[in-house]
Amino acid sequence: MADVVIKIEKAVVSYRENVALRGVSLEVKGGEFVGIVGPNGAGKTTLLTVVNGLGKLLSGRVWVLGHYLTAGNGHSLRKKVGYVPQVQNIDPRMPMNVREVVMIGRYGLLGLLRRPSKRDWEIVDEAIELVGMSHLVQRPIGHLSGGEQQRVAIARCLAQEPELFLLDEPTASLDWKAQSGILELVKHIHDSRHITTLFVTHDLSALPVACDRVVLMKEGLIWGEGSPAELLTDENLSRLYDMPISEVKRRRREETLVNGGEF
Amino acid sequence: MEFSIFGYQFMQNAILSAFLGGIACATIGVFVVLMHMPFIGVAMSHAAFAGALLGLWLGFNPLVGAIALSLAAAAIIGPLADRGELTPETSLGVIFSLMLGLAFLFMGLMPGNKAAALDLLWGSILTNTRSDVLLLGIVAAVVVGLVFAFYKEIQATIFHRDMARSVGIPATLILYGVLFLTGATITASLRSIGGLLIFSLILNPAAAAYQLTYSMKKMFFLAAAFGVLSGWIGLLFSYLFNIPSGATIVVTSSVIFGIAAVFSPKRKVKGWQKKPLMEGQ
Repeated sequence: MADVVIKIEKAVVSYRENVALRGVSLEVKGGEFVGIVGPNGAGKTTLLTVVNGLGKLLSGRVWVLGHYLTAGNGHSLRKKVGYVPQVQNIDPRMPMNVREVVMIGRYGLLGLLRRPSKRDWEIVDEAIELVGMSHLVQRPIGHLSGGEQQRVAIARCLAQEPELFLLDEPTASLDWKAQSGILELVKHIHDSRHITTLFVTHDLSALPVACDRVVLMKEGLIWGEGSPAELLTDENLSRLYDMPISEVKRRRREETLVNGGEF
Repeated sequence: MEFSIFGYQFMQNAILSAFLGGIACATIGVFVVLMHMPFIGVAMSHAAFAGALLGLWLGFNPLVGAIALSLAAAAIIGPLADRGELTPETSLGVIFSLMLGLAFLFMGLMPGNKAAALDLLWGSILTNTRSDVLLLGIVAAVVVGLVFAFYKEIQATIFHRDMARSVGIPATLILYGVLFLTGATITASLRSIGGLLIFSLILNPAAAAYQLTYSMKKMFFLAAAFGVLSGWIGLLFSYLFNIPSGATIVVTSSVIFGIAAVFSPKRKVKGWQKKPLMEGQ
């Protein structure tokens, strides 16, 4: 039985007048692949930010990789946590290439005043190769497509050699092909490296089949958790997204046609 | 042309000031351009100008007033920029207009001759003293030294602050460090270039370098080279035609930017972009 690596106890997070998390509790075991699903504004991204120490708790406790998160220890924790955000708007003229951006993943580990070694560059090149971007290493980062930029973001996380892998809607705004490529890549990384993975999405078609467990979120609360098969029923989704069951069924039929019956 | 002029101390001071100020301002400019925060430089340069006038009015060292007010502006703008609470245009509108209003208020309250105040308005590099040069030298050395020492943290913060934070880099500290250096650089260059013009020497050389390269290291070097070139060519024109040096330096830097923008390789279609087009034919 794997050890618990994330323990969130009654976490409350608020952005001014909006309460993003209303007393959320969750445990994640080492090596697990957890999908966090819910409509926009459910608190999914905030949940990830309390795990990597960027979110500020109003109350509750968060224990990650053996340490309780406090105001001062976020930096050291984040070095062990890979975070892939949504597709970012990157300045097309930004003077950095793919290899340099992936190297940023090593910077936190290296610490201040230390330059990357040959070994660091080897790790970066291995990560770039794993995500299938070796042919574009010298390309300016702003010249890549959304899907390619997400592959670079994943490579940056891998270069970090993380113990936790957090993905925040990594396929949002990508086309079908880029989306399925990223989902396959995430599954491959989880299967081959056994990294504990939290995957946030509002879009069920973007939920990897590799998920061991699904957490449903709505209005800052955890609304249900369990295996994808038992939780992702038409009735549950209808209530989660406030949609008629007939509409949920129609959308799921369409997704099945597109994705070849992934869920 | 009479070269004996270079034997005079005031000209040597001016040449050294243009060199050191050019490097410091242009290096700061790389942050301003790549972090898309020109409003911070504009607001801080006017804050420094207002602070210096406050010093002149109340009778304390204008440089102390300049650094104090530019850092105060940074302390207000920094958190707003970091948290994205206000749009850059709103912050600029509020801080810039307040600082300019304060500057003219202090100037109006100042008794007697306003010549010293006007010097701070458009700068007079030819009257720089050895202590001005020394101050510029210290600031330039600190700016360049910190960029070398913390290059990787700076690079990550410039690329994306939230992403830098997410890998454990103290991006907020780096941002405030940049703001502090901006305040110090503006203060040290105020007498040479002038409060109304200093921002152009920060922005233009870096903006010109930005047009020419996809390498951040090269951008730092090119910006510094353009900054020094702007200072020296501007100084030459100021001497030849007996016109205000701050203005000639700034116009030169704008011309360099114009040339860089026209010949920018970033405007052309690259080889890798052409390939799919040709394959499609």
